[in-house]
Amino acid sequence: MACESWREKLDAYVDGALPSAEASALAKHLPQCAGCAAEALERVQMKRSVATAGKRYEASAQFRQKLLKAVSTPRPRERAWLWRIVALPAALVLILSLAVNFYVDREKARRQRVYSELADLHVTTLASANAVDVVSTDRHTVKPWFEGKIPFTFNLPELQGTDFTLVGGKVTYLAQAPGAHLIYRIRKHEISVFIFQDRGGETAKLSSGPVSLLSFTEESWTKNGLQYFVVGDVSTDDVESLSKLLRDAG
Amino acid sequence: MPDQPLPAGTFEDLALPLFDQLYNFARWLAQDTSEAEDLVQETYAKALRGFAGFQLGTNFRAWMFRILRNTFLTSRTGLKSKVEMDEDELESLASPGPTPEAILVEQANRQAVQEALTELPVPAREILLLCDVEEMSYEEIAQVLAIPIGTVMSRLYRARKALRGRLVEKFKGGPNGV
Repeated sequence: MACESWREKLDAYVDGALPSAEASALAKHLPQCAGCAAEALERVQMKRSVATAGKRYEASAQFRQKLLKAVSTPRPRERAWLWRIVALPAALVLILSLAVNFYVDREKARRQRVYSELADLHVTTLASANAVDVVSTDRHTVKPWFEGKIPFTFNLPELQGTDFTLVGGKVTYLAQAPGAHLIYRIRKHEISVFIFQDRGGETAKLSSGPVSLLSFTEESWTKNGLQYFVVGDVSTDDVESLSKLLRDAG
Repeated sequence: MPDQPLPAGTFEDLALPLFDQLYNFARWLAQDTSEAEDLVQETYAKALRGFAGFQLGTNFRAWMFRILRNTFLTSRTGLKSKVEMDEDELESLASPGPTPEAILVEQANRQAVQEALTELPVPAREILLLCDVEEMSYEEIAQVLAIPIGTVMSRLYRARKALRGRLVEKFKGGPNGV
């Protein structure tokens, strides 16, 4: 090929735009032709000069920042920012309320379980032909009877001048722990009083106010390491006044 | 190509890396800092608005440069500058018979090349920048300038000749030195 036609292709060659077959043919021609080689070298130098000289301008830092802000999808960003502010406390509140709910539900369920069990004990005891193992209206008879049968002792109130009478007592169990089950009577209604050691487990932390469950009124409190439960199908007032007597005695 | 929903942040990811190149190109075209900033900003705004119509897989860089160039052409400076290629005029810019030696001796003279580029009419300047600075292929350049590849090659040829002529004049110490 004549040098003239090669020289027309020098630009494309230098720009890497020449088809590979032609490019390799030209590459073979250049070492043999000083004129074409000089021309090619000149064009390479020119291209490099322009490449270097052309990288001339840099944007100011302020403009760069301005444009970055404008392009960086401001609305989603703002939303994301707002989202974080709103979502974090909301998530915390949600988690807290879930935790509280969970705790309350669990406490409720546990309390219900304990009270149900006590109500069961109360009912089955009254349904039994031998409701009590020690039959006595005298607290000084009942209290000593429990000695050696349960691992703790307790005081029973003087009932003189009240509507309550002591019927008797027996040993019972709640959550695998022995305790005293006492029966009192008021106006032909029986009330069960349970006394257990306060072990901080299943029966611990029950609310101290009287609660109604399955139409039974129940109350519980803890005193001197003992946990008291009062269960009966009587009014809240009756349960409270018996509870008060027991509290004062214990 | 089926329309695909563009993932969020795609525009940023594609367009922000081009910032330096676009700014340099805009500054070369406009020959003024604040005008170049306006150009770049408008280019990004237009591109962002038109991005839904941009098809992934096509040449994003060429698309952005084309928006920038079209924005320049409609700007005040762009309208004032001769953007229509007067091939004869460009031809006349080139001095005949530049010796390769002259170029080689002075090729390190960056400032001279920058001056020569600035003096070139916009069509010559822009095609040299796209080809030699941005290292675009002829096809990309054709997309940016919206001209056929054959025209890219001929225009590039003339632009180089004109630049060479400018440089030779400078090195010889004046416009009439050749």
